[in-house]
Amino acid sequence: MINNSLKQLGAMLASKQISSVEMTTEFLDRIDQHNPDINAYIALDRERTLAQAAAADARIAAGTAEPLTGIPIAQKDIFVAKGWQTTCGSKMLESFIGPYDAGVIERFDAAGAVNLGKTNMDEFAMGSSNETSYFGGVKNPWDRSRVPGGSSGGSAAAVAARLCAAATGTDTGGSIRQPASLCGFSGLKPTYGLVSRYGMIAFASSLDQAGPMAKSCEDMALMMNVMTGFDARDSTSLQRDKEDYTRGLPAMTGDKPLAGLRVGLPREFFADGLNAQVSSVVQAAIDEYRKLGAEIVAISLPNTRLSIPVYYVLAPAEASSNLSRYDGVRYGYRAPEYTDLMDMYCKSRAQGFGAEVKRRILIGTYVLSAGYYDAYYLKAQQIRRLIADDFAAAFTQCDVIMGPTAPGTAFRSGEKADDPVAMYLEDLYTIAVNLAGLPGMSIPAGFAEVEGKALPVGLQVIGNYFDEARMLDIGHAYQQVTDWHTRMPEGV
Amino acid sequence: MSLSISDIKRIATLARIEVSDAEAEVTLHKLSGILGLIEAMQAVDTTGIVPMSHSQDVTQRLRPDLVTKTDQRALFQSIAPAVEDGLYLVPKVIE
Amino acid sequence: MPISRSRIGIRACRRVFKVEWEVVIGLETHTQLKTNSKIFSGASTTYGAAPNTQACEVSIALPGVLPVLNQEAVRCAIKFGLAVNAEIAPRSVFARKNYFYPDLPKGYQISQYELPVVGKGALTIQLGDTEKVIRITRAHLEEDAGKSVHGAVEGMSGIDLNRAGTPLLEIVTEPDMRSAAEAVAYAKKLHELVQWIGICDGNMQEGSFRCDVNVSVRPKGTDTLGTRREIKNLNSFKFMQQAIEYETRWQIETLEDGGTIQQATVLFNPDTGETRAMRSKEEANDYRYFPDPDLLPLVISEADKDAVRADMPELPQAMKARFEAEFGLSAYDASALTAARAIADYFTATLAAFGGEAKLAANWVMGGVAAKLNEADLDISASPVLPAQLAGLLKRIADNTISSKIAKEVFEAMWAGEGEADSIIDSKGLKQVTDSGAIEAIIDGVLAANAAMVEEYRAGKEKAFNALVGQAMKASKGKANPAQVNEILKKKLG
Repeated sequence: MINNSLKQLGAMLASKQISSVEMTTEFLDRIDQHNPDINAYIALDRERTLAQAAAADARIAAGTAEPLTGIPIAQKDIFVAKGWQTTCGSKMLESFIGPYDAGVIERFDAAGAVNLGKTNMDEFAMGSSNETSYFGGVKNPWDRSRVPGGSSGGSAAAVAARLCAAATGTDTGGSIRQPASLCGFSGLKPTYGLVSRYGMIAFASSLDQAGPMAKSCEDMALMMNVMTGFDARDSTSLQRDKEDYTRGLPAMTGDKPLAGLRVGLPREFFADGLNAQVSSVVQAAIDEYRKLGAEIVAISLPNTRLSIPVYYVLAPAEASSNLSRYDGVRYGYRAPEYTDLMDMYCKSRAQGFGAEVKRRILIGTYVLSAGYYDAYYLKAQQIRRLIADDFAAAFTQCDVIMGPTAPGTAFRSGEKADDPVAMYLEDLYTIAVNLAGLPGMSIPAGFAEVEGKALPVGLQVIGNYFDEARMLDIGHAYQQVTDWHTRMPEGV
Repeated sequence: MSLSISDIKRIATLARIEVSDAEAEVTLHKLSGILGLIEAMQAVDTTGIVPMSHSQDVTQRLRPDLVTKTDQRALFQSIAPAVEDGLYLVPKVIE
Repeated sequence: MPISRSRIGIRACRRVFKVEWEVVIGLETHTQLKTNSKIFSGASTTYGAAPNTQACEVSIALPGVLPVLNQEAVRCAIKFGLAVNAEIAPRSVFARKNYFYPDLPKGYQISQYELPVVGKGALTIQLGDTEKVIRITRAHLEEDAGKSVHGAVEGMSGIDLNRAGTPLLEIVTEPDMRSAAEAVAYAKKLHELVQWIGICDGNMQEGSFRCDVNVSVRPKGTDTLGTRREIKNLNSFKFMQQAIEYETRWQIETLEDGGTIQQATVLFNPDTGETRAMRSKEEANDYRYFPDPDLLPLVISEADKDAVRADMPELPQAMKARFEAEFGLSAYDASALTAARAIADYFTATLAAFGGEAKLAANWVMGGVAAKLNEADLDISASPVLPAQLAGLLKRIADNTISSKIAKEVFEAMWAGEGEADSIIDSKGLKQVTDSGAIEAIIDGVLAANAAMVEEYRAGKEKAFNALVGQAMKASKGKANPAQVNEILKKKLG
């Protein structure tokens, strides 16, 4: 059962082959068994979860079930959920019990999905290895000496180790796609503004976007049907007609389902910095797409090389301001001892935040400070436009862009922990997508043999704005002719 | 633009993060590395480029002027570090 | 650096300065907008609720919450822009002003920085007989902070966030004022205007209208501005006058004594009448403004402006001009009648019900009514004599039913709640006597009883005639028509 698709799980529930309580219990038991080692979950609440499962069973019995009713979904601990500990991976919020529900949580609740627990993550989503979490690192189920990627590392490990049916993640610079690549499953960051940011704890507001992390594109399409939609509480939420993201999937059969599709390969994505094994896995996947009927065109995204510098100005700047609310006054951590107000602020924030978060707050404070704003922040916003323009130009030549998701495979825990710059380069291919606000997806494309272990490699698919349905079709077509997405790590 | 220890102290104060002298050294080293990475931007001529704050060219939506919130003080203050008579308590504010 | 209390006391007034100084003043006014809900959330803005009961998840900045702009706050800003003839930005941007303070829950205030909603405009103030134009630099929308409450717990401050997120329009002037009196005149005029157009309740005790005053001095005749000090949070015109006068004197004294002025934020202490620099460290304010990524550009179209314009009351300046042109009122009268919306409304309603000469109505509104209101310390909107009632009285003056003198008596009775003018005139028998026969009879009686006065008049003493008129009026208990008395008396003495 644990390897079943969401559709199959839904069918089992609908046919009363299994109840949601039974299905949920099985996942909870698996979590009890594997989580002490993998550390994918920060917060579990068996009672609350099973109550939701029982309610789902009632709904199924009443005949008002929706596709995800009764299915256990893991929620990244960045989403505020009423009554749930919501930490964002930080000591700062260790004691924070959600007093309201995030837009995403409400949508899953309304769909009857079961909240299985809150997954581990890099502190305030700042990291690419999940090692900045106050609640400890997460192990990559494919090789437990390695990181799962980040920041949605807990969700990633949970999906890969089948400790949930599917999970949510958020992606500011690659935090859904990079762990999807490193843990061998499918992850999608939608167009900015499609999924409500209300109740999603902010890291960099103009880049943050939530999306599904699941075993397949078909599963992600079902998740997208639930997650997307206008939310009046988020000024950046877009007012669009509701879409059915599964609508094109059935047509992805036959000989050349992708005939006529133009796939752009940016030469910059296959240059220095890309691991050779990853490169060949990605090339093989592109060959597969050729077979599916796609036409491959060479394109160029000349300014994407600047996406890391731009990102490491804009994201810390926004974060430095977004994280000012954690001051020990109304909620969260307050230092036990202090001499006065100023000391209370400085100690609470010094003790409540981890090293990487503090670094980014300081960088952000610096680039916004008097005398530096134009040289850093304004300049970065200007280059951000150049990067977005590159994509706009590219999409006149192709329908989707493909390339590697990450420059390498999962690295060893601790390997880059002390070198922020090396860590930042993990997001070389993902960040530009966030800067442009485009949808980006990573799907399993094969394995690289590293030190005797087969480590997953992801293929990144970048679409034009609002092209998620087509991207899911394209991913689904590939998943009809390959089985990489069904592979499971050993020992789970 | 190279950073100094006094820059670190200044921005740490602005950001209200206590940084000891020893930490300041380490922080200086790491932040300098990050700024080195960022420095690549300076080579780009951005004259006349309109800064991009949002990825979608949309404008602010307005909310009708209605009171939709009710009192949830008890719930919100149940997770507060220090409260008294409905007020959040902090060390004395000096004007 | 804390500025020590000045040793100048009262004797400063007598000091003779070496240089002739000029004070330069600019104002920043925080106007609380009259909306039901907060600028970025649906929490109530009602004043005086129990602490933090109107502090919703957005007001207290819980993790994950987001701002959504209140359309009424935008309408208020447009109204103000139209009222001061300002440019209204077709596109304005909200920015974050970053600083830590316990009453600022997000650690930043959402404000507008580079692109404010209202641009350059002007407000004309009246100083005695002359007018002066004060240039408005800009007006921008922002959110208010909460309040710190001191003394509830020893050594601690309590934070109440009910006010956090209340919409403000911050109105900034050029440094165009040259005296405390001008600054106060501007502040009063602005105070009336924002109430006139209905965007602010004007309640200064509740903090709905707060002024920060930038004061600097320079030798008269020079162009460069001196270093300014900003007097924060003045919430009464009296304090504003006192604070500016004190601050001006202090700066001049400091400079005359060879000192320099440090830029500072100061507070006014009404008990001592002095200003002092705030103790909180002026660590070089570095607010790190940047566009708020949670909010999108605010776009205001011509149609939006037209819709607000259609909803605007006639503005005081236009109404004043109309009163002069349409009713032939003097500039002084027209200005006084348009000093406040309530006065103008009262006058307009009175005149409409009266239908007679505007000057008579104006005289009564500014004279009899104003005097009684003043005496009773009442606002015109609380006048016990309503416009329709006053009009009833004016009709009887106009048609000679009563004299102006009797009218005062009738008005007193109306004020005391004794009813309408007509019923008071009837019940008290105050109707003017216009019957010539009756007046002749009275005059005959007066002439018979005052033979000596008649002799004096005939001997050439003009004053005696007035005395005889007085006697006749007295005999009629004031009711005889004075014009007729004059005429008949003249004839009889002829």
